[in-house]
Amino acid sequence: MQELINIFVKSVFIDNMVFAYFLGMCSYLAVSRTVNTSVGLGAAVIFVLGITVPLNYLLENFVLGRGALSWLGPQFAGVDLSFLTFIMFIATIAAMVQLVEMIIEKASPTLHSSLGIFLPLIAVNCAILGGSLFMQERNFANLAEATSFGLGSGTGFFLAIVGIAAIREKIRYSNVPAPLRGLGITFILTGLMGIAFMSFMGIEL
Amino acid sequence: MSETTNSKTQKEPLFSKKNQKLLSNPLNKDNPITVQVLGICSVLAITVQMKTSLVMAISVVAVMGSANLIISLLRKGIPPRIRIIVQLTVIAALVILVDQILKAFVYDVSRQLSVFVGLIITNCIIMGRLEAFALNNKPWPSFLDGIGNAAGYAWVLLAVGFFRELLGSGTLFGYQMIPNVFYEFGYENNGFMILPPMALITVGVIIWVHRSRERDLVDIS
Repeated sequence: MQELINIFVKSVFIDNMVFAYFLGMCSYLAVSRTVNTSVGLGAAVIFVLGITVPLNYLLENFVLGRGALSWLGPQFAGVDLSFLTFIMFIATIAAMVQLVEMIIEKASPTLHSSLGIFLPLIAVNCAILGGSLFMQERNFANLAEATSFGLGSGTGFFLAIVGIAAIREKIRYSNVPAPLRGLGITFILTGLMGIAFMSFMGIEL
Repeated sequence: MSETTNSKTQKEPLFSKKNQKLLSNPLNKDNPITVQVLGICSVLAITVQMKTSLVMAISVVAVMGSANLIISLLRKGIPPRIRIIVQLTVIAALVILVDQILKAFVYDVSRQLSVFVGLIITNCIIMGRLEAFALNNKPWPSFLDGIGNAAGYAWVLLAVGFFRELLGSGTLFGYQMIPNVFYEFGYENNGFMILPPMALITVGVIIWVHRSRERDLVDIS
């Protein structure tokens, strides 16, 4: 249990998707104009990461990796399909996003209307694919650890995007040099937030 | 491809004014990074050194040119409902090729780039240009548009890589650039430039300089 909490905290603060690896920057910059929309996108990212990372973990361990197919029979023990990783991961993500959208639409129309427009965008959000690829690189021991990593990364993205949206709402009343307005100042603010998040780096868990 | 270029040459020259615009616009006024805000992730993550930046830039140019070409050739046969899956599959197949080539020929760079080669798939520049251009244009202009946008991406990538490596480690492509005399007088490399946040600030400054030269790009909101 403690191990799971460690992985969660680590992926929220130390290996933050946005500040340490710059994943999901496109939607981070595009959808952070107001706090409300950014909460919606952040929640959708947590949701999708929490589903796709464990799914891709299973895929990696039972289909794609070296010798992963050995459960089919001894003659498959030497098969290595890892060159198919990218295409399988992205297919899983795209399919899951579609499925999640349909389920939410049926189950909770109110949630759907608030998340709706963000869900298709998420299929091409690099934070999602990045989550799965980092999961593969880090060799988690079991499914629970992978899930914890997925949820943690999603939460990290949520914190980052809500934070920058709040700052951007305030900065509209400040006197920023004209060429720096909009995109430029957002980059510099993100850099400063990143410096703040670097203070978590020394923490050993 | 040869058939289409032939039919093109009859109607308009291969490098007509319009086609030249497709190539040159993304370099400046319509830059994918500083103006369209696409494909930021990799700009920031792999620009610690010039070498990784260059390899990444070449990979993106290759993937993007060919993806635009393929999607544009297929554009009449793709049902609109499943176009995103089709696009992702084409891109993913191309990225797998690039990844295998990198692993075979420049293994150490491929290790440094780690997951970011795979992330070319979700690089929004590629998806964005496929959606916005290749789906409703002929193959040759689409190819040029792909190359142009990838080149616009590449120069920002290389510019960020240049400043980060020069100021951060005092080298370019691994060769020492700052003379030893400087170090004897107490000059020190700014280790901060190597850390992630400075990439963001460098891009911010590039946008600042770019927009103060091109006044009509300034964001009024």
